[in-house]
Amino acid sequence: MKLTINGKMQEITADPATPILWALREQLGLNGTKFGCGIAQCGACTVHLDGRPVRSCSTPLSQAEGKSIVTIEGIASGDGALNRLQQAWISEQVPQCGYCQSGQIMSAAALLADNPRPSDEQINIAMAGNICRCGMYGRIRKAIKVAAGIDSERQQEAAT
Amino acid sequence: MNEMSEVIAETPETPKAGKKRGKWTRRTFIGAGLLTGGALVVGVAIRSGKPPERLRAMLAGGDGEILVNSFVKIGKDNIVTAVVPHVEMGQGAHTALAQMLADELDADWNNVRILEAPGDGHFASHNIAREFLAPELKVPSVLEPTVDGGFLTLAKMMALQITGGSFSIRGTGQRGMRAAGAAARAMLVAAAAEKWQLPASEISVDRGIVAHAKSGKRAAFGELAEAAAKQALPAQPKLKTPKDFKLMGKPIARLDIPAKVDGTAIFGIDVQIPGQKLSYAAVKAPPVVGAKVAKMDASAAKAMPGVLQILNMGDFVAVVAEGYWQAQQALNQITVEYSKSDADKIDTAAIFAGYGKALDEAGADGGDTLAETGDAAAFFAKAAKKVTAQYHVPFLAHAAMEPMNCTAWVRGGLCDVWAGSQSPLGARNAAAKTLGISADKVNYHNTYLGGGFGRRSETDNIEMAVRIAKATGYPVKLIWSREEDTQQDWYRPSASSRFEAGLDASGKLMSWNNIHTHLFDPQEAPLVSYYNIPNSLIRKVDAPMHLRFGPWRSVDHSQQSWFIESFVDEIAEAAGKDPLALRRELLAKSPRHLAVLNRVAKMAGWGSALPAKHGRGIAIAQSFGSIVAEVAEVDLTAKKPRVTKVYCCADPGFAMNPDGYTAQMESGIIYGLTAALYGEIMVKNGAVQQSNFHDYPMLRMNEAPDIFVEIINGDAQRLGGGGEPGLPPLAPALTNAIRAAGGMRIRHLPVAKHFA
Repeated sequence: MKLTINGKMQEITADPATPILWALREQLGLNGTKFGCGIAQCGACTVHLDGRPVRSCSTPLSQAEGKSIVTIEGIASGDGALNRLQQAWISEQVPQCGYCQSGQIMSAAALLADNPRPSDEQINIAMAGNICRCGMYGRIRKAIKVAAGIDSERQQEAAT
Repeated sequence: MNEMSEVIAETPETPKAGKKRGKWTRRTFIGAGLLTGGALVVGVAIRSGKPPERLRAMLAGGDGEILVNSFVKIGKDNIVTAVVPHVEMGQGAHTALAQMLADELDADWNNVRILEAPGDGHFASHNIAREFLAPELKVPSVLEPTVDGGFLTLAKMMALQITGGSFSIRGTGQRGMRAAGAAARAMLVAAAAEKWQLPASEISVDRGIVAHAKSGKRAAFGELAEAAAKQALPAQPKLKTPKDFKLMGKPIARLDIPAKVDGTAIFGIDVQIPGQKLSYAAVKAPPVVGAKVAKMDASAAKAMPGVLQILNMGDFVAVVAEGYWQAQQALNQITVEYSKSDADKIDTAAIFAGYGKALDEAGADGGDTLAETGDAAAFFAKAAKKVTAQYHVPFLAHAAMEPMNCTAWVRGGLCDVWAGSQSPLGARNAAAKTLGISADKVNYHNTYLGGGFGRRSETDNIEMAVRIAKATGYPVKLIWSREEDTQQDWYRPSASSRFEAGLDASGKLMSWNNIHTHLFDPQEAPLVSYYNIPNSLIRKVDAPMHLRFGPWRSVDHSQQSWFIESFVDEIAEAAGKDPLALRRELLAKSPRHLAVLNRVAKMAGWGSALPAKHGRGIAIAQSFGSIVAEVAEVDLTAKKPRVTKVYCCADPGFAMNPDGYTAQMESGIIYGLTAALYGEIMVKNGAVQQSNFHDYPMLRMNEAPDIFVEIINGDAQRLGGGGEPGLPPLAPALTNAIRAAGGMRIRHLPVAKHFA
């Protein structure tokens, strides 16, 4: 079947019931999208399907036919510059183990596309589907606000 | 005084060009040499401290020297490569260790690179073994599950390249990385002195440049690397004191983060083998640990698309398919019957009844005594006021975000293994032992870990993967489902603990008598030596459990701190004292603890008014060399308690990377809060009932409190850990806050079951 992935038309031969996650990882080598639970409970597998955040572990390929999928590998700009969320994730030193962060960033990107200046409450609601076992929720919330321009980037002390 | 300068330096051996070894001190060993291409390499190893001779001989090997565990390479291109013998699972060890090395070296941070040491013997964390054998410092026996027969065997095998026990910075960093950096710096200075014919004492180093101010001579590290390798090894390293630190103590950005925001970081589950097609395995192990596969019907699964092989491995069933999803779908269609045993009758209630029986039998003075001062029983008998309580904590799973996995390829008597392990050498040895081949036939490749928390110090995933790969002969990536990950864990043990306290007529705490079930590690977890209590008796009693248990973030401190600090609050309530005031009284002779306690009280505005049905709880714990106190603020106005704020003050001795340390506190607080509020693994018919995040819930962003962390650098010579110490005080701070808000005294975790 045909679908657009990160702006590129791709042809995939697979059982249409296969979750998008496994086609991305095993057939296209897009390993940034992670497997966490398999039942849409943790958000590690979040990608955009026609701009909406979906849990790719529980969304079959059949639902993506003819549609556009964007993954973590596709959210930097065309010239490779990091997305403002990715930049904020670095400035706020968000990730620890990092495993959930692709999903976190994809959920946050969908939020900001919908609502460029979200309140804390709106951020909490939009991000409640993404578990971070390293517990970096405070930093994620701050980084979203930095990316949205509602909060200022923290000042890194110079090394020397 | 640091570790190295306390001991007598021995004369360095005459160096030989290209390869040299010098005896440096009685405890440390240095090696340096020249690599092809003109790079200087300096390595430092630390040998056994003062263990009995018998152990020393086993540890040291034939020639009395041991393994190099901290390395720096300085290339002609000025690039400084820190070879770090610990894995990165989010704790920031790679960056902080490199900071320590680069600071002593006075390197240019922009030219510092980090290389994780491969899983071979030359990078073993010997210092962990040393610390084990040194009575003054204990670390958790996170290693025990990976080897047989306790630490004698373990020490002999040197399977110790392990990341655990909050140990990387205070062990490897403090003793190895700093020394390697200082030694390399001294050799670069010596090379410059020789080249310029100037006294070394007049030469300085700053940001990768060696310079002589008076003559204006300057040289970059790369220009001196080759000549430096020919210099005599420094007889004694001169380490900096905090006033000279340039990188240590600074919140330097972590070097592993950029790859974790664009999807390029490679975790075990992401491994690909260049030029090889991977197949995928899904597995199902018996629900009751120890059972065997008695009967299997795979007729439906065989015909399913993509299925390559169905394997009855005796103790588990595996399906190998072209894709993971196909393998899991086929596995779901296999019906299995398991062997029966008495364990099939065990449930949660029976487990706790067993603990109660064991505690009853031990009575007021039975069990194994762990610590005793004065005569607790005698005082209690005549106490003016008596306080007693019993607490229970459940089993907990680790639930790292990345489900357990491992990729293996077994062919021609060789094996390649890829995984993210906290114990790369343990993983390699496990693969070798499982296959019956020598460890040098196993190439072990470690990756980033998608969370460890102790779970990835076990090697069951490695053993399974190599067995499957041996059966197939082609490379296989094994991935556990979340359900397997939850139900086949090495659990944080459940436990029960009983206390009796005696107060005198003035309300002073005079006796403390505690007995609890189980003790895993570390041994000091149930002790309260920092509290000034004249009579105390602390005991444990063994009670059997059929579930396998393993290290879980902060290990026994996770249970013991909740028991201890809950009971301190109960004593305060009985004595009519403020919980902070009682702790201040008890910590009168422990100034570092008192400073931490006072700071967190100040941060939280302890004593200031709160709205109705709101409360603050305080707790303090000492673990892994760090002292941490926390205050939780709880809102009980809704049906379920909501933690709104957590204040944390920590004294780790000296925080090498304060932002990294702060992040560890934040992380430990959320991990601890998740466990205290929700964490409960239950057993029915011998099997774990929880399976995934819907029935083993995790704290989410909408429930996450605001966290405030402050650090006290209380003693730069005695570093404490970071990965674990933020967790222990959280649970008691929470339940103490619930009580303060007018709620119940919770004596059985998790909290949520009391508000259902």
